[in-house]
Amino acid sequence: MKASLYLGLALALAALLAAAASLIWTPHDVTALSIADKLKPPSAGHWLGTDHFGRDIASMLMAGARTSIAVALVAVGIGMGFGVPLGLLAAARHGSIVDEAVMRGNDLIFAFPSLVIAILITAVFGPSAVNAILAIGIFNIPVFARVARGGALSLWTLDFIRAAEVAGKGPARISAEHILPNIASLLIVQGTIQFSLGILAEAGLSYVGLGAQPPTPSWGRMLAEAQTMVTLAPHVAIFPGLAIVLTVFGLNLLGDGLRDRQDPRLRART
Amino acid sequence: MTLLSVRNLSLSIGRHPILSDVSFDIGEGQIFGLVGESGSGKSMTALALMGLAPASARVRGTAQFGGIDLLAQTERQMTRLRGRDIGMIFQEPMTALNPMKTIGDQVAETLLVHRAVSRAATRTDAQAVAAEKLARVGLPTDRFPLSLYPHELSGGQRQRVAIAMAIALRPRLLIADEPTTALDVTTQAQILDLLRGLAADEGLALLLITHDLAVVADMARQLAVMQGGRIVETGATEPLFRAPRQDYTRRLLRAAEHRPARRPPARSTDSSAPLLSVEGAVRDYILPRPSAFAPHPLLRAVDRVSFSIRPGESLGLVGESGCGKSTLTRAILGLDPLQGGAIRLGQAPVTAGRTMPAALRARMQVVFQDPYGSFNPRHRVSRLVAEPFHLTGRPPDADRRIAAALEEVGLSAADRHKYIHEFSGGQRQRIAIARALIIRPDLIVLDEAVSALDVRVRAQVLDLLARLQESHGLAYLFISHDLSVVRAVTDRVLVMQSGRIVEEGATEDVFADPRHDYTRRLIAAAPKIPETWKEDADADAD
Repeated sequence: MKASLYLGLALALAALLAAAASLIWTPHDVTALSIADKLKPPSAGHWLGTDHFGRDIASMLMAGARTSIAVALVAVGIGMGFGVPLGLLAAARHGSIVDEAVMRGNDLIFAFPSLVIAILITAVFGPSAVNAILAIGIFNIPVFARVARGGALSLWTLDFIRAAEVAGKGPARISAEHILPNIASLLIVQGTIQFSLGILAEAGLSYVGLGAQPPTPSWGRMLAEAQTMVTLAPHVAIFPGLAIVLTVFGLNLLGDGLRDRQDPRLRART
Repeated sequence: MTLLSVRNLSLSIGRHPILSDVSFDIGEGQIFGLVGESGSGKSMTALALMGLAPASARVRGTAQFGGIDLLAQTERQMTRLRGRDIGMIFQEPMTALNPMKTIGDQVAETLLVHRAVSRAATRTDAQAVAAEKLARVGLPTDRFPLSLYPHELSGGQRQRVAIAMAIALRPRLLIADEPTTALDVTTQAQILDLLRGLAADEGLALLLITHDLAVVADMARQLAVMQGGRIVETGATEPLFRAPRQDYTRRLLRAAEHRPARRPPARSTDSSAPLLSVEGAVRDYILPRPSAFAPHPLLRAVDRVSFSIRPGESLGLVGESGCGKSTLTRAILGLDPLQGGAIRLGQAPVTAGRTMPAALRARMQVVFQDPYGSFNPRHRVSRLVAEPFHLTGRPPDADRRIAAALEEVGLSAADRHKYIHEFSGGQRQRIAIARALIIRPDLIVLDEAVSALDVRVRAQVLDLLARLQESHGLAYLFISHDLSVVRAVTDRVLVMQSGRIVEEGATEDVFADPRHDYTRRLIAAAPKIPETWKEDADADAD
């Protein structure tokens, strides 16, 4: 169990490092076309080969990691930034009209498939990485609102909340001081899971052409462009696919590992 | 005839010994009490006998039960014994039953699993036996149909169902682990009566595990006292109570009856203005609509309650669960609004939520029952204890006052850097008292504040409360279901039933000569150690 946590951490860190490194250095310029070198298999000059324009796949994957991680990170940020306060508010006003309004609003968002809304947003505002972030971010809001509300509700029944009320503290202050620190671990775990889903969603939106636009590299679009040549040059599709799979797998392992670590019953056994 | 003979039962988990050389005998049809404080190994002894000890535990010793050694049985052999020859009931009746199955099915299940009704027999036969067993435990089918679900029953009724399940196959031994600890006194008395009756009528031996010495005195012929995984003393109940041989037993007995030294209630202050006055308080709850357009019905949890507390006085409030004590407490603390009447602290009205001025709130603090839920586990003690400063503004000498408050409740100033999980239940209750004291309130509401503590720790905390009352001139509102504690520490007492105060008076007068029928029932139902048993023990101690 410990091992899977470290494996997840290593995979997630590898993606993060690749993205960070691409800011200052990539083996080749990601926008440099070289039709003469197109669809080359992996070699010493091009570690993971080249695509149909002769661009270096290793460089594009590194830069693509940047897009994926930025989109997923901001989307999780939007989800947490709006969802957690809403969830805390709903829990603090449990049973009131505010609680109902927040939770039914959540249900409304849950009722639509995220891809449909993403298509809607991009149809109105045009496809771009920013709109992809917005679409994914909106769908993170109800997830975090539910997790925060569920965790907060069980805490609100405890006596230390009563003691804080007797000390004259209002619901906002109690939520920030007493509830939030005690549901932080829940939120962190949910955050890693939503992060991996965000990477997957960005790849999906880019794959159908609704995410980052060329020439910004994106794992999803690399996959989309490679699919017609998959029999001719399988490596062009395999490497971006592997990048997505390994990163998502790593983040899920990390999320599971963190959840096990915060559960004292599971922790005691290791 | 000896039914169960346990010899040198030892149990360890990893390198930690949990039980060491536990030996005792239970005769057929005998009620055997196993008493001790929390963590003494009582429950683990029972689990080891049932073959339910944790998988990582190493068990040694023998337990002869009708010719077989329980500790040498395989899991497969034990499943045949459990339920058929040995039944078991647990403390928490709320979680002991499956909420998705009817009570008839749950009792019948035991019968079907053990094929007690012949293989060809239908479910109907099992249901018939189940009906008979439920009637035996006081749930006759005409009033409690088999089709009821657990949530439709009260705690005491659920415990009866659990007992019916345990005795469905007429086991020879019933292990009852704190069977009445979660129940009210009057319900406790009924369940204990039922268990006593079963032992007498059906020749059922009962291993009664409890922390409550009065329950054992009332029920058991033989008992064993456990401490730290060992049996320190064993013998017939009455002689053991009269003349305990071991120091530990003596201390336990003395703690159970402990009354802190208190100055007599100051009669001279009778005429002084009350500190807290409650006048005709009414608290209604809105229930869900019975049908879509029907009006919301109201539940009147507190019904025109009036009383007052004088400065420096200890007032007890007793009543069973659901009588409205907690609801009343929330209103007094200014957490919930009233639907009628008024509560005044000094001359100022107590109002709910934000509308109540901080200076008024600062005159009143509270200590709760659960030492584990009373503190935010993420904060250090210094921050926990300082929380009421929110009302008064953090004084410049806050650190010194935090240290002083901790020392006042018998902890050390260095404890303020620790987290709450580093403290025991009794220490946590002391920290809760320090938190209540730090802004020097006039009134502290003690909401079942010692109910979750072991007897010896409880005695210490009661002493502490009495001392603090004297030194700070505090008034206490002492809310409890435990009559003996209320009797020991209060000047006046209120008895509450279904939202109303049914009796009020000086504590000793009420206990010596209860006038209301309900008070009489409460006092009669509370188990006590017979007065005549105590004299010898006291004489011995001196």
